[in-house]
Amino acid sequence: MEVIGMDEIYKSLAEIVDEEYVSNRKEELYIYSQDPGMMEPHEPDYVVMPKTTEEVQKIVKLANKEKIPIVPVGGSMSLSGLVIPHRGGIALDLKRMDRVLEVNEKSRHVVVEAGMTQGKLKAYLERRHPDLRHSIPDAPPSATIVGNIVIHGQGRLTQQYGFNSDMVTGLEIVLPTGEVCKIGTCSVSPYWFALAPLPDLAGLFLGWFGTTGVITKLGLKLYPNKKIRDAEVFVVEDPNLVPDIIYRLTHTEMTEDIVLGAQPYPPIFKDIIMIMILITGDSEEEIEFKRRMIWDALRTYIDSKEGGFSMLTPDMKQNLLKMPSDDTTKLADVLKGGGFEYAGPIIPVEKYPETYKKLLELTSKYGITFGHAGRVIGRSHCMMFSFAYPFNRADPDNIERTKKALHETNVASLDIGGVPWKPEVPSQKMIMERMDKNTLELMKRVKKLLDPNGIMNPGNWEAK
Amino acid sequence: MQAYAQQIHRCFRCGYCKFPSDFTDFNCPSYSRFRLETYSTGGRLWLIWAWLKKEIEWSEHFAEIVFSCATCRNCVEQCPMKFSDDIVDWIVAARSDMVEKGLVLPHIRDFLNNISKHGNPWGTARSKRDAWAEGIRRYKPGDEYFLYVGCVGSYEERGQRMARSFAELLDKAKVSFGILGAEEDCDGNEVYTLGEMGLFQELAKKNVQKFKELEVKKVVTLSPHAYNSMKNKYPKFGELQIVHYTQLLLEMIQQKKIKPSELKAKVTYHDPCFLGRYNGVYDTPREILKSIPGIKLTEMKRTRENSFCCGGGSGNFVTDLLGRSEESPSRIRAREAHEIGAEILVVACPSCMMMLDDAVKDEGLEGELAVKDISELVKESTK
Repeated sequence: MEVIGMDEIYKSLAEIVDEEYVSNRKEELYIYSQDPGMMEPHEPDYVVMPKTTEEVQKIVKLANKEKIPIVPVGGSMSLSGLVIPHRGGIALDLKRMDRVLEVNEKSRHVVVEAGMTQGKLKAYLERRHPDLRHSIPDAPPSATIVGNIVIHGQGRLTQQYGFNSDMVTGLEIVLPTGEVCKIGTCSVSPYWFALAPLPDLAGLFLGWFGTTGVITKLGLKLYPNKKIRDAEVFVVEDPNLVPDIIYRLTHTEMTEDIVLGAQPYPPIFKDIIMIMILITGDSEEEIEFKRRMIWDALRTYIDSKEGGFSMLTPDMKQNLLKMPSDDTTKLADVLKGGGFEYAGPIIPVEKYPETYKKLLELTSKYGITFGHAGRVIGRSHCMMFSFAYPFNRADPDNIERTKKALHETNVASLDIGGVPWKPEVPSQKMIMERMDKNTLELMKRVKKLLDPNGIMNPGNWEAK
Repeated sequence: MQAYAQQIHRCFRCGYCKFPSDFTDFNCPSYSRFRLETYSTGGRLWLIWAWLKKEIEWSEHFAEIVFSCATCRNCVEQCPMKFSDDIVDWIVAARSDMVEKGLVLPHIRDFLNNISKHGNPWGTARSKRDAWAEGIRRYKPGDEYFLYVGCVGSYEERGQRMARSFAELLDKAKVSFGILGAEEDCDGNEVYTLGEMGLFQELAKKNVQKFKELEVKKVVTLSPHAYNSMKNKYPKFGELQIVHYTQLLLEMIQQKKIKPSELKAKVTYHDPCFLGRYNGVYDTPREILKSIPGIKLTEMKRTRENSFCCGGGSGNFVTDLLGRSEESPSRIRAREAHEIGAEILVVACPSCMMMLDDAVKDEGLEGELAVKDISELVKESTK
């Protein structure tokens, strides 16, 4: 096959989308070579911003024909370099595709385009469908819905309903070979209400980081938006108590969200674990009932003085109730250095104490600070445990130590029995090394079947 | 300048700066226009840092990215970090570095040269600065207010309309005032935001000297840009008071020197960045509108601290780095006003007037949506 020259590719891309939305200029290549995390950058050859599925399809067909790598880009907020074009090629920024296509109030779901951000969907629902909400992650509002789904993200409703990727009701995909494919009920009906009762093909794309196709549309479950939200914070010093506390809290089925936090600064926070418990209701009576149930569930620990509820000022409550919470983002300025990186393994809840102790050990070993957050997933089915390390972009030594800590954190996560969440490429390799060989073989076969020319986000989930 | 080089890496590129506080839409003018990450505040700051680290070289495209920021301060308003107040200053400092090295785009260079030589960004003759002002008195010591008209008010037809309208109201209220006419010089607000600090200092010095010579005690500016530079950037002297014309206009109405009568209209108000986000003046213009019987004021979805800039700031009303597209901020804003059913889009800034009036034409909304200055509405209501 004759390989056409770079200028020809640029020209072809400019014919597909308006020339204003194609670039091979240094400035765009530089910015799209990295995300705000600490993975090594690598420049794409082109940046393209399509507006429609048809444009995506034409771009993918071109890339497949010319065997050019193609990397779908959303909000670039994973921090683990999942949108870094490791082999160059096309950075496909999907954020111009940002329409809400449909809200089905009675069947409680929304259909959005791939570039819809968390912030804009929240605002859209608040204005037009105030009784409905989606599960908002604590990423910045510029994170996209689809980006969060393809990394098995979590959000404010994860404790009740599972991973955000469990909330998918349908997908439209441009396959690496250029076909547009629908997944779920939308493949046989005009309605995007569920993946079941069909064979579940969504798994071919969720958690694959864009290595098996480009998601262009997504159906997502919506949930009741209660009129009142409230927050409590339960504080303990002993990490060994945490699994039981989570078990008791989730047994009540009264909580909106359970988020854990710990940090060494300011000194009043040192050596304590905060368990943020959010509740919702349509009336004060409902809130009061739920609050009482939660207090009763933790009574043993209050009576034994091993734990207790914090007094929260209205400002503190307001901060806890923010969606998204900007506390995570603010970690990036702890060292006045513009960065933080985190490993957030998904772990069994009973492994919390061991994981917490490892966090303290590693931060002490590498002389770095941390912010820890954990989110309960489902009714204590598992949890995300984040080791977040602020770093200073202007301090190479600090970056080096943080990188080493990050690597060791990922090793430790696997040793403990967890699995790194949205792993960066080196972590993906570690996971695949430990993976069941037949599972790995299946992944390879699936990838080969869907992407015979290996154009989709190469470098990621690359099983040898 | 060194200070920004030591700080600029603190931006995490989280993207809060792209939005208003309720995330309803993108609220950064240049990001809305181009949608490439490079044109977001975070992208711009990262590129500047890359330039400082010599990871990228200066190019015209890089300069376009840096100079396309309208300095509207939406990023300052929305950034959750402790350094948020400094963001626009960092961008201005980077521009200043470029200007010092002669690394500017031709139209930015012309903009600055024209102000230096002719006192206005278009390079029109100084002698024509008061062509609009027939019958309007020159300021003399003892007058209560010195009316600073500014470049857009002096040279641009729609700005001139605003200047005449406000001057007529001053006359009607029997407020003693005068202008400087052809002797007036540029206030330098855009010169400052474009990073030409030497020229800005020269203009500030000249204007302050004139105020001193003429024993000016109170300056009323037509443009929020001039209000901002004179109030916040000029060297302080004496008891000089600087007010924006909306502030004086409200005072005239409250003191019953002007008595608006019924004027039926569905209006919306566009907050100018240099009046709103820069100086916190949000209520004054709205109070004026509420003082006119029959006016129905409907707010756009992005308003006050969350207002969406028209894209004219930082010289863009001339250099037009955000123009030539349906996604130009002024056209997006015109559509937003039209979508809420407003018949009149009310402005309080000559640059916004130019930008939005052009946008209404480009959108084909003439006859459905008019752009009017707040003083024009008050004048109509007092006929």
